[in-house]
Amino acid sequence: MKALVVERSLPRFAAARLRSTLGMGPGGAVSPVRLADVDAPRPPGPGWHLVRTILSGICGSDLATVEGRSSRWFEPIVSFPFVPGHEVVGHVDSDPSDRVVLEAVLSCASRGIDPPCAACASGRVGNCESISLGALSPGLQTGFCCDTGGGWAGALVAHESQLHRVPDELSDTEAVLAEPVACGVHAALAAPEAEAATVAVVGAGTVGLAVTAALHRFVRPASLVVSARHTHQQKLAVHLGADVTVGSEGTVAAVRRVTRTMTVGGRLTGGADVVYDCVGSAQSLHESLAVVRPRGTIVLAGMPSPARVDLTPLWQREVKLAGAYAYGLEDRTRGARSGDGRPGGVGSGDGGSGDGRRSSFDMAFELVAAAGLGRLVSASYPLDRHEEALAHASSAGRRGAVKIVFEPGARRTPPSGRQSRSAQSRAREA
Amino acid sequence: MTAGRSGTVGRPGLVLEVDRSTPPTMFWHGDGFRMERLPVGSRVVYPPEPAVPLSDPTAAIREALENPLGDSKPLSALLRAGMRLTIAFDDVSLPLPPMQAPDVRQQVIEAVLDEAARAGVDDVVLVAALALHRRLTEAELRHVLGDRIYDAFAPTGRLTQHDAEDHDNLIHLGQTDRGEDVELNKRAATSDLLVYVNINLVSMDGGHKSVATGLASYRSLRHHHNTHTMVHSRSFMDPASSELHSSNWRMGRLIRDAGVKIFQIETTLDGRSFPDAYGFLNRREWEWKARDRATFLGAKTALDRLPPRLAQTMMQRTRSPYRLTSVQAGEVEAVHDRTIDVVLNQQRVVVEGQADILTMGLTYLGPYNVNSIMNPVLVACLGLGYFFNSYIGKPLVRQGGVVIMSHPTPWAFDPVHHPSYIDFFERVLTETTDPAEMEAKFEESFATDPWYIHLYRTGNAYHGVHPFYMWYWTAHALDHLGAVIVVGGERRAVRRLGFRSASTMQDALEIASDVVGRDPTLTHLHTPPLLMADVR
Repeated sequence: MKALVVERSLPRFAAARLRSTLGMGPGGAVSPVRLADVDAPRPPGPGWHLVRTILSGICGSDLATVEGRSSRWFEPIVSFPFVPGHEVVGHVDSDPSDRVVLEAVLSCASRGIDPPCAACASGRVGNCESISLGALSPGLQTGFCCDTGGGWAGALVAHESQLHRVPDELSDTEAVLAEPVACGVHAALAAPEAEAATVAVVGAGTVGLAVTAALHRFVRPASLVVSARHTHQQKLAVHLGADVTVGSEGTVAAVRRVTRTMTVGGRLTGGADVVYDCVGSAQSLHESLAVVRPRGTIVLAGMPSPARVDLTPLWQREVKLAGAYAYGLEDRTRGARSGDGRPGGVGSGDGGSGDGRRSSFDMAFELVAAAGLGRLVSASYPLDRHEEALAHASSAGRRGAVKIVFEPGARRTPPSGRQSRSAQSRAREA
Repeated sequence: MTAGRSGTVGRPGLVLEVDRSTPPTMFWHGDGFRMERLPVGSRVVYPPEPAVPLSDPTAAIREALENPLGDSKPLSALLRAGMRLTIAFDDVSLPLPPMQAPDVRQQVIEAVLDEAARAGVDDVVLVAALALHRRLTEAELRHVLGDRIYDAFAPTGRLTQHDAEDHDNLIHLGQTDRGEDVELNKRAATSDLLVYVNINLVSMDGGHKSVATGLASYRSLRHHHNTHTMVHSRSFMDPASSELHSSNWRMGRLIRDAGVKIFQIETTLDGRSFPDAYGFLNRREWEWKARDRATFLGAKTALDRLPPRLAQTMMQRTRSPYRLTSVQAGEVEAVHDRTIDVVLNQQRVVVEGQADILTMGLTYLGPYNVNSIMNPVLVACLGLGYFFNSYIGKPLVRQGGVVIMSHPTPWAFDPVHHPSYIDFFERVLTETTDPAEMEAKFEESFATDPWYIHLYRTGNAYHGVHPFYMWYWTAHALDHLGAVIVVGGERRAVRRLGFRSASTMQDALEIASDVVGRDPTLTHLHTPPLLMADVR
């Protein structure tokens, strides 16, 4: 089968980083990712299934990998060669009618580790302490592990603990967003103090928009300010619940207006109670520190790259900085809202743990449907046009797009790029 | 009373019909100029030439103080030892451009202080009547008052600037029969005598508006600085048809009835807005001599080539050679009636009928950007507020017509003077350009924002609500017009204002044809110097 494969090649990663630094985007002859004919991965044990990929998204972490911008932190927790792609909707090979999405974290359950670590035992799979142990090669997620394959291929293998059945009412385009939206839900719920508070979201790519939608539906801040570089992102943020949207240069002024705080020397004396950094760059963290109030919280939801940031305000203002990675079981008291927008009970399905908590994915399914997040998928590409796809994803904001996905089963299409009907119409709406 | 030939005009204003031999018309374009060839048949409304100034302004001022109008006693008879005297004066928004020293306010206040000294009045406080305008800098105060007054009063805290947010120093005098709150500067309202020193550049200025607006709080001002008042002031420059005027008069009479004793001193200037170095600005194009053409070309070339910031600085340094044409003193309404007669006598130009299109060139300067930047909101206010409303009877442009304004309209703001304008531009105009909607939805939050209040009180910032007022100033025009086009403006700024953008006057006329057809009538307002169009 066809697959996009990333191999450990320092020269290629260095070249990719150089291209990225020069603003040339991913791809080219020296790219660390290449299209190859590979064998479909074999299920490594009982409880594993072959999953045929329908759609697989291109995530910011994928782009960081193929552009050589990823932190070296990941080196011991990935294994080469790997097939990227952890945002996946597919169907189980044994039952083509059964559509599933992938909970990509390779936690204790998938690694055959029993008893599980404390984090997995408590449903916090994102915090699993065994991501390089057990029966599998190292890999924090499917898409970064040499044993499992990934979504940028015709098929991958997944443990039954990783699979969530897609509700019938969701289209493939909507379902492929379940994983990033689950991350958004998890991040939104990472700061309980955001409820009824003034909240700022820095960045409005897929993560920022998912966090925005999740905050609006599950957290209900008193005021939600979203900083988005591009106009289409600002419009989407408004549709998803932002009270105020601004360009990135206007974040400080907007938060000042909303919080009615003072400024001294261009710095806010107060600020937002909670700030979600959905970019993860030095600039976005600097911006987050500029608008968070003393003793406020910054939730780092976007995957960071190595960055130089002046943490003096974090120290002097006693700001809390919290990471938000992946997903797990969420506090069930932050329930779904009913269709009329009022707080309601928990969602349907079996996404609960039975102890008052609810799966991030279950909440993501609900959110994708309720907020119409399928519109975030802007275009899909066959694997053999991966250079165009990655270039499109890398410049998505500038090109009026949000989420670019691969459609491994699709045949090569004309160079204009292939958009699913729903993606096309939603891109136009956006 | 006046000394000299008060307000005697030079050549009257003129309406020129453009024919094939008419030279191109000069348009102001911010810090620079453009020459535009208007379509044959267009009309150009020129202001009257500057009035003849008083030959002895010092004598005229003293004569006015001792021969007051209305039922007022002479100033000398109102002054006595032991009394509390407050002298309020118009702020830096008048005159435009700022006049060469000595400023007429300095001349008048020196005369008043001489009288006070003669009467043995010790408790004298000066108040800059800011309303919600920015505080003046020391340099500006020195320019307005002169060094002698500044050095005598400022060090002892007796030179003050009205603070509309200093609630300990405001006094609520009551409500008019329309329910309008009247809340004033306490020192001024509780003094034994309040002397107000005005410069009446346009017919909206002066009268009861001096005190009722200049020394009032937001609580008071909001009753007439609002969309309803501005839409029903047709125009706000015509006292007889101005709801703004009516509201101020109701308040003024309440102030009078509350026992506040006001001695009003109003002055008019001759309309010589620009120094001889810019002599071409005071002349009509077909009368330009070789020197005028050379001066124009030199100025235009220099301004076009200078970096915008430098051109702005250069123009902001312009000091007008204004001279006094009349001074009236005494009871407020009697004084103002005479002043308005003088102003209209100096500025009135009769224009027959309305046009489909009104064109205007907008300068680098309006009342609210002295020593500052003309930001896009102020561009709108100058064109659609001040110039559009410079009429008596009916607007120069018909209902549903088009205004074409020439101005670079840069996306630029002065963060010191106009901090709330920046937020207004970013937050309000991105959501609505409808004055009534923004008034209902946003005004209060800006008016009560503690940061804007802090900057207004302690810095040199306009009050947080001020950009709303500037936009309300455009309400009548926005209600009346079919389209507004800006020639040569920064496109995204023009778009944010809700207007259309054109690169050239020809393009603007082409765009306007969508609204007014392909054979429109056109009137050009050739100002400043200022004029009042009496449209019949």
